[in-house]
Amino acid sequence: MTVARKSGLLHLSVLVALIGLFFMLPPYHSGNLARIMVLAIYAMGFNILFGYTGLLSLGHAMFFAAGMYGFGLAINLGGFPLLPAFLIGMLSAAGLAAITGFLALRTTGVAFMIVTLMFAQTAYLVILYFGAYTRGDEGFVIQTAKRSVMGIDLTTDSARYATALILFGLCFVALARLVQSPFGRTLVAIRENEERARMLGYDTGAHKLKAMILSGLISGVAGAAYAMLFGYVGATFATVQYSIFPLLWVLLGGAGTTIGPLLGVFFMFYLIDFSSSLTTAYMLIAGIVLVVLTMFAPQGLMGEMRKRVFTWLP
Amino acid sequence: MNILETHNLTKTYGGVHANSDIDFALPQGKITALIGPNGAGKSTFVGMLSGRIPATNGQVVFDGRDISALPAHQRIQLGIAYTFQITSIFPRLTVLENVAIAARRRFASNPVQLKTRIATALGKVGLLERAEEIAGDQSYGHQRLLEIAMGLVQDPRVFILDEPTQGLAEAEISAFITLIKSLAGETTILLIEHNMNVVMGAADWITVLDQGRILASGTPEDISANTAVQAAYLGKTDA
Repeated sequence: MTVARKSGLLHLSVLVALIGLFFMLPPYHSGNLARIMVLAIYAMGFNILFGYTGLLSLGHAMFFAAGMYGFGLAINLGGFPLLPAFLIGMLSAAGLAAITGFLALRTTGVAFMIVTLMFAQTAYLVILYFGAYTRGDEGFVIQTAKRSVMGIDLTTDSARYATALILFGLCFVALARLVQSPFGRTLVAIRENEERARMLGYDTGAHKLKAMILSGLISGVAGAAYAMLFGYVGATFATVQYSIFPLLWVLLGGAGTTIGPLLGVFFMFYLIDFSSSLTTAYMLIAGIVLVVLTMFAPQGLMGEMRKRVFTWLP
Repeated sequence: MNILETHNLTKTYGGVHANSDIDFALPQGKITALIGPNGAGKSTFVGMLSGRIPATNGQVVFDGRDISALPAHQRIQLGIAYTFQITSIFPRLTVLENVAIAARRRFASNPVQLKTRIATALGKVGLLERAEEIAGDQSYGHQRLLEIAMGLVQDPRVFILDEPTQGLAEAEISAFITLIKSLAGETTILLIEHNMNVVMGAADWITVLDQGRILASGTPEDISANTAVQAAYLGKTDA
């Protein structure tokens, strides 16, 4: 079996498993899973830049928030229907990523982390500053009546799960194809040795900018989907905490793997869910588990799997 | 016919003149060796040819076109391949993927041709049976050969090799000489080399650099008989 076929089969079975889980799981867990899938889209967006291109951004919350606010404001203030609003959310994130990338990609390494962090802080403060429209910290709710498309009410459990799955599936399959394409392999080359990639004739600056825009776009899809499916838009999602989350998820699941982000979000979500049922000091348990995982699986869950079992994993 | 020329190419680092007013010509289809004592400015010079190091002054002309203002990746796209003095590969990827990255920029549109080209390049340097191994696990000599394969696979018009035989075993060196001699004709080769056996065995033309200036140019016979060159290498004053 060729690598492409193996990988196609693997990605397909993940999607089939997610469809199956909806029918097997009680509503509480399928609701969680819908949320996990949306956050996994965010993690996948982050993974393009961090896992595949080797650029660590500490400001991705601004792209998530751009998608979320672009969508939410377009509906509540602009009066747009759902789908155009979703598109506006995506474009807001991609546009912001293009501007941020254009400026921040002049730096590398720690400087890039700091610059992206600063941009994200600015974005957060802008949301608060325009509190008259964004309702600041408090945020705003998107009416249930507005959250339907083509007569389908997206607020029901099954529609929410299906929408999350469709969006996740699209991004998942598209990104799996992308990272195996020549463009994706060039991003990996840049991650591994940028100077060598440049001296093989690749325009590394343009590649990094494209990766940044794509990464911002996918993060924006996640932000818009979150607002659409859960009905709330708030400044919390633009805080630095939401820039750190995708890093954590991707590191846990395996940076530079297609399945790692989903696994990382899933693991982290249920780790907190489970430990908070045991004690109020649940972050202590989560912290210890994370430390142990980093010690024994430094490349994340799927990273270790790739090292030991599936060397062909994209 | 010269495929690559430089006019008054100069590089200064602060007050230090690494290269001063170098007028250099690379004859098409030949193997030219660039030699000189350590610190003569050889790597700086080829760095300016490939665009890796920005020139302070002067021109680089490739195939009749002034490329002085082009960034490195665009010069490579014109058909200049470059291997680094200090081995530069993608250590965590397989040997095959290393060569594939080098090849894809030009040949990605034709997967069949791509595959053959990669296999041919690996075959030429003798790394075909190690294709699936991780590049970083290879011996130093094999990593050098891999980098040469990454240059070859691009089918370059000019191939700049910065000390390619450093760290190679004797048998590998003679295979290397045979290899680059087989490339000459279609490909123009610029070789920076310390190993005089390689220089005398492979080069059609030799340029000697000393203290950032061209000291002499000529055939291997001319150069080995040149007293100024001998003085530069042996540290004598003009005899």
